[in-house]
Amino acid sequence: MNNLLDLFVTFAKVGVMTFGGGYAMLPILQREIVDHKHWATEEEVMDYFAIGQCTPGIIAINTATFIGQKNKGISGGIFATLGMVFPSLVIISLLAGIIEVFSHLAWVQHAFAGIRVCVCILILNAVTKLFKKAVVDTSTFMIFCIVALGSLFTPVSPVVFVILAAVAGIVLQNVGGKKKC
Amino acid sequence: MLILLELFVRFFRTGLFAVGGGMATIPFLYEMSDATGWFSHSDLANMIAVSESTPGPIGVNMATYVGFTTGMQSGHVASAILGAIAATLGLVTPSIIIILIIASVLRSFRNNSYVNSAFYGLRPASTALIAASGISVALSTLFYQFDWGKGFSILNWKGWVLAGVLWFLTNKVKKTKDLHPIVFIVGSALVGILFSMN
Repeated sequence: MNNLLDLFVTFAKVGVMTFGGGYAMLPILQREIVDHKHWATEEEVMDYFAIGQCTPGIIAINTATFIGQKNKGISGGIFATLGMVFPSLVIISLLAGIIEVFSHLAWVQHAFAGIRVCVCILILNAVTKLFKKAVVDTSTFMIFCIVALGSLFTPVSPVVFVILAAVAGIVLQNVGGKKKC
Repeated sequence: MLILLELFVRFFRTGLFAVGGGMATIPFLYEMSDATGWFSHSDLANMIAVSESTPGPIGVNMATYVGFTTGMQSGHVASAILGAIAATLGLVTPSIIIILIIASVLRSFRNNSYVNSAFYGLRPASTALIAASGISVALSTLFYQFDWGKGFSILNWKGWVLAGVLWFLTNKVKKTKDLHPIVFIVGSALVGILFSMN
């Protein structure tokens, strides 16, 4: 039980210290998990992170589940993940409550109007980065165009695009006989 | 009670199909906004900003935020907190199940050519979905009253100027390019207040 609590508390700490998730989390994971707790080696953390990126769900959560599972089995995976989401639950609930109370004030609305512009640029920058890694040839460019247009102009669910794209990837890579991965 | 179940199920779906981290949840949140009316597109843009500027993974923060806001509609803080918990647990449950399965076959999973080739198709698709959501955010932010049928009615010129400056600072200026997003979010909030943006 003590070990499970330790997993929970340690990952709650990682959660508090991670701004933005994803890559921002890596150095903190290395310090807490590899250097302090010795729960995994540096290579294992990198491996978990890589697999966490190419499995469904949030990368930070996938990595936490991996490390917890390695140490304490299934319940370890669950406790590490719950620890990871705990700070978000507390902080966001508090903030959402506060914003709800003040949202009718004119200056708060002006502030959020400015912030929304910033969000557009942040998404644009994220897309630019992802695009360079994901679109590597004509086939991937076609997939990008089809999904982007389909998602903008049809009511088809993102779920459908995700499933079709995975199938397309398997077909393109295995039927044509060329491997680029 | 029913809404808690619906939050859990909808976020379970998001966690299952959003591949590639926090930003990949955005297209699913857009779909959720259209399907349920729980929150508007501009609410969603605010939530993204708050999620980026607070500790914790962005995807988890957004699930918590959406769950809280949706639960709050019934008027009680307690149901708002339950909503936040239901949405967040929904989001992480597929991860837990999938990772626990993969952990038992770790080596063969990484070297599986089917897994690799599936991701060859998934990566551009996931990028495209995020791009499409970005375009939707941009249209509702940079044009007031945007409608595909009526065209771009009123241009938000202050927004365009701010967007141009932000793009330049985050891509071209060496000194500011690697700063944390929170710096730009706080800066944009101040600009918004200073120039009474709407």
